[in-house]
Amino acid sequence: MREKILAVIEKNSRIDIHDLAVLLGESEAAVANEIAEMEKEHVICGYHTLINWDNTSEEKVTALIEVKVTPQRGMGFDKIAERIYQYSEVNAVYLMSGAFDFTVFIEGRTMREVAQFVSEKLSPLDSVLSTATHFVLKKYKDHGTILVQESSDERMLITP
Amino acid sequence: MRNPLSDTIVQIEPSGIRKFFDIVSEMKDAISLGVGEPDFDTPWHIREEGIYSLEKGRTFYTSNAGLKELKQEISRYLYRRFDVSYNPDSEIMVTVGGSEAIDIAMRAMLDPGDEVLIPQPSYVSYVPCARLAGGVPVIIELEEKDQFKLTAEKLREKITDRTKILVLPFPNNPTGAIMDREDLQAIAEIVLEKDLFVISDEIYSELTYSGTHVTIASLPEMRDRTVLINGFSKSYAMTGWRLGYAAAPHMILEQMLKIHQYAIMCAPTTSQYAAVSALRDGDKDVEYMRESYNQRRRFVLNAFQEMGLDCFEPLGAFYTFPSIKRFGITSDEFANRFLREEKVAVVPGTAFGACGEGFLRVSYAYSLKDLKEALGRMARFVGRLDQEKQG
Repeated sequence: MREKILAVIEKNSRIDIHDLAVLLGESEAAVANEIAEMEKEHVICGYHTLINWDNTSEEKVTALIEVKVTPQRGMGFDKIAERIYQYSEVNAVYLMSGAFDFTVFIEGRTMREVAQFVSEKLSPLDSVLSTATHFVLKKYKDHGTILVQESSDERMLITP
Repeated sequence: MRNPLSDTIVQIEPSGIRKFFDIVSEMKDAISLGVGEPDFDTPWHIREEGIYSLEKGRTFYTSNAGLKELKQEISRYLYRRFDVSYNPDSEIMVTVGGSEAIDIAMRAMLDPGDEVLIPQPSYVSYVPCARLAGGVPVIIELEEKDQFKLTAEKLREKITDRTKILVLPFPNNPTGAIMDREDLQAIAEIVLEKDLFVISDEIYSELTYSGTHVTIASLPEMRDRTVLINGFSKSYAMTGWRLGYAAAPHMILEQMLKIHQYAIMCAPTTSQYAAVSALRDGDKDVEYMRESYNQRRRFVLNAFQEMGLDCFEPLGAFYTFPSIKRFGITSDEFANRFLREEKVAVVPGTAFGACGEGFLRVSYAYSLKDLKEALGRMARFVGRLDQEKQG
């Protein structure tokens, strides 16, 4: 049941428990329980909203920063990651395989704000060796959802 | 001027769905529960193969029976999914949708006067195709009390000395009924005893919700008597690509291929290349769509229950077939009023045979949001009918 609940709410976290239970052929109580369990176990970590900020009047820039670091003895990468992810500007931090160590997603109101974060907060960190900042120009698809296309039902109303 | 028309054709009635379609198309802002095709787009990797084939200039004919590559994939698929084996070089042909396969199977097997048993409610083309082939359609009326399955008794009742073919349309459009192994065994026994042949239309074979579909061709001795028809429209959401196939013993397939060769040449080449990708890499797409349909199936059945509409549990395809008998109006009246008063299109059960009277076909090939809206209106309409009846 877990996987099925997750598959549904990953795409629609606002679905109500009654509908969800009907879709999965389970009782409401069982579904509510399972969700509560998953919240407790941090399988479910939140119910966020996917926003296409480009369609609002809000100014926002997103950047992806590649970060190379030297891991600290006895602490590995986790400690450095923490120094980075604690900043509220930082949206996501991933440890990577390959040519660099962390991918950091950051959001700011302007490019200057992002640049300031990188030069004043991220780069000066002891273990950070180098950074490469890439600004996002356009978001086409996010969280499995295509942002740039309208979908409409063009099927004939009645077919055999 | 002489009459330019053929009597046979003129006597064939236009499809009941067509009539209703004309009414619906006048209503500009109607929403629908009336489609017979998936709401999903064809999975991208399949579309992409079609695009590549165009880019590479593969705009030629294929051989009459279809691309060798595709026939091999079909052969592997039928073996892997349904445990039947067909030689890709001599027992499989690619057709323009399952529809063409139905037509040419009848034409290849029927002589004038031969009787074709057609269980109804069922898809609209079996009766006219049988007539066009010179056959005599004999209807077997299925009943809700049997979950719209074909039973041995019903089959026996209609067999005569002239009976040659039994059409087996399961999983069924419009009822959503399926036939499991035991059900099919009972039918196969009679088919063997009476020396009949089966045209098994299994276009919805990937959409079953209580275990894997069983084809009658996989039962002992049945392979030699069965034309198995399937296609890509429903399982891979490829209706517009017009691609189906038939698998049958060489002796039958050879003759079907002759008709196909003269009337069609070959199925669309672009679609054939795309279909190779469907069979090779499409399993997870099928699984995803099946799970989505199953969820909506539960949703619709639950909504019917809440509005007090009787409906047996369909276990296949993407249709429900609720009964409206308790309102004391015909399927046509219900569908017409529902369309005019609530602007929702459903298909009257009678479009699929006279015994569909008292039922509606409600499709769940829609997003949950669309289903909610349409079913909300349905609940309101049903409530009003109930009030009228009391008042």
